[in-house]
Amino acid sequence: MPAFDLAATPLRDLNQALHAVTPKTNDRAFEIRNPRGSHAVAVGCSEPVTVAVHGSVGYYCGGMNAAADITIHGSAGPGVAENMMSGRVVVEGDASQYAGATGRGGLLVIKGNASSRCGISMKGIDIVVGGNVGHMSAFMGQSGHLVVCGDAGEALGDSLYEAKLFVRGKVKSLGADCIEKEMRPEHLQALERLLAEAGMTDIEPTEFRRYGSARKLYTFNIDNADAY
Amino acid sequence: MCGIVGLFLKDRALEDRLGEMLSDMLVTMTDRGPDSAGIAVYGKAVPGRVKVTIQCDTPGADFPALDVLVRDVAGEMASIAVKDTHAVVELSREKADPLRAALAAAPQTFRIMSVGETMEIYKETGLPKDVVSRFSIRQMRGTHGIGHTRMATESAVTTLGAHPFSTGDDQCLVHNGSLSNHNNLRRDLVRQGITFETENDSEVAAAYLTARMRAGSNLGEALTSALDDLDGFFTFVVGTKTGFGVLRDPIACKPAVMAETERYVAFGSEYRALVGLPGIENARVWEPEPASVYFWDRDGATGQAMLAA
Repeated sequence: MPAFDLAATPLRDLNQALHAVTPKTNDRAFEIRNPRGSHAVAVGCSEPVTVAVHGSVGYYCGGMNAAADITIHGSAGPGVAENMMSGRVVVEGDASQYAGATGRGGLLVIKGNASSRCGISMKGIDIVVGGNVGHMSAFMGQSGHLVVCGDAGEALGDSLYEAKLFVRGKVKSLGADCIEKEMRPEHLQALERLLAEAGMTDIEPTEFRRYGSARKLYTFNIDNADAY
Repeated sequence: MCGIVGLFLKDRALEDRLGEMLSDMLVTMTDRGPDSAGIAVYGKAVPGRVKVTIQCDTPGADFPALDVLVRDVAGEMASIAVKDTHAVVELSREKADPLRAALAAAPQTFRIMSVGETMEIYKETGLPKDVVSRFSIRQMRGTHGIGHTRMATESAVTTLGAHPFSTGDDQCLVHNGSLSNHNNLRRDLVRQGITFETENDSEVAAAYLTARMRAGSNLGEALTSALDDLDGFFTFVVGTKTGFGVLRDPIACKPAVMAETERYVAFGSEYRALVGLPGIENARVWEPEPASVYFWDRDGATGQAMLAA
């Protein structure tokens, strides 16, 4: 089991070791100690490895992740799992702003609270947050799911495209062109699957409300043709 | 970018280590801004006396003249402690204004960094590690302090453009961000009789808070009104003689992390700045909310935070 103590080993050594993993590599369980808020821990993993980070990390942990299963036993700074492609990133604590930004796939689980702009410009990533999310979450979200077990801050889903948003608690306000929508059976099924994948099985999908795009902002309205 | 740090001690047993802890926090933030660095330390008050921290680019040539100037104003009762380009003059309270006038009239360029019963500010262009060592910050003791390492955006990289900014006795502010209505606000404040040393936006924020506190607000109230009157991006950490405050703007794109234990309250632009603090593993660590005022005061209940409407 490759182990890295970041109090003694440069971060670059860790990330190079992760990038050197090939389909033939046998040793696939990485242990990282003393991250001490370092930036860019375990970014750009492209093989199905498991990475356990024991402590809190700084900016961009698990960024661009493809295939790896990364667990942060602590809290994460800004941009955790930014532009994730696939795989899974789990934050046991809280996450700072723009968690999962621009993510194209995979699952991001934040067991605590996420901050502002969670899932900004999400493009297919699924994000499950055990606590609350801050303002402007899922801003311009294009596809994927954002599941919030707590409350959402101001302007949820502003300028939303086709990302699907589920909130169990209160929504402080909805952003431009974001509306509450009917919860249909397929949405309950999707929620049940996401909650199960996130390990949050004590919560019922029926406790959530669904929000999505009114599709008035991003679709061309012929009546407005004169305005252009 | 900019990096800011702050430490407010509740446990007096840590006061001997304030300078050391604050220095480590600030040096860790070096890569957030290499242009200039500064630190404000709140030490011990001597009743009836104030400390005036004075900077000069040519200390070897001009501090002898400062010595003469201080003796002329305050006689032998004043003391002068020189640290590199800074000199801390301690003298009786009523001599502070005559000293200001004499410094302004002196042919040498003496700049006042701070005036206060407990606060001393040291700041220069260059890296935090150099600033910290030039002024022996690690050896300083005190109750609370704040520090800043600057990546300049709004005004020149000079000593006076470095943070912390002090616009009132024992008051200082560090800022990460940029204000967009500082010119208007500066004009208003000038009309209220406040003088400015720089074209810097952060100095305007400091002066705004000074003006509010002069008008009778406490630090928490002054910070709350700043949310209405300041436009732009900001995370502020503010010190007063007994208080310590944090404020983020409603957009909150400038990073901030706080930690609190029974022994201290700490602020860092990033968690990295806090990892060396004693007991951080078990501290309550959180990101301060947007548009929310957090402040603590040694004279009041320990630990206060309030949400602005």
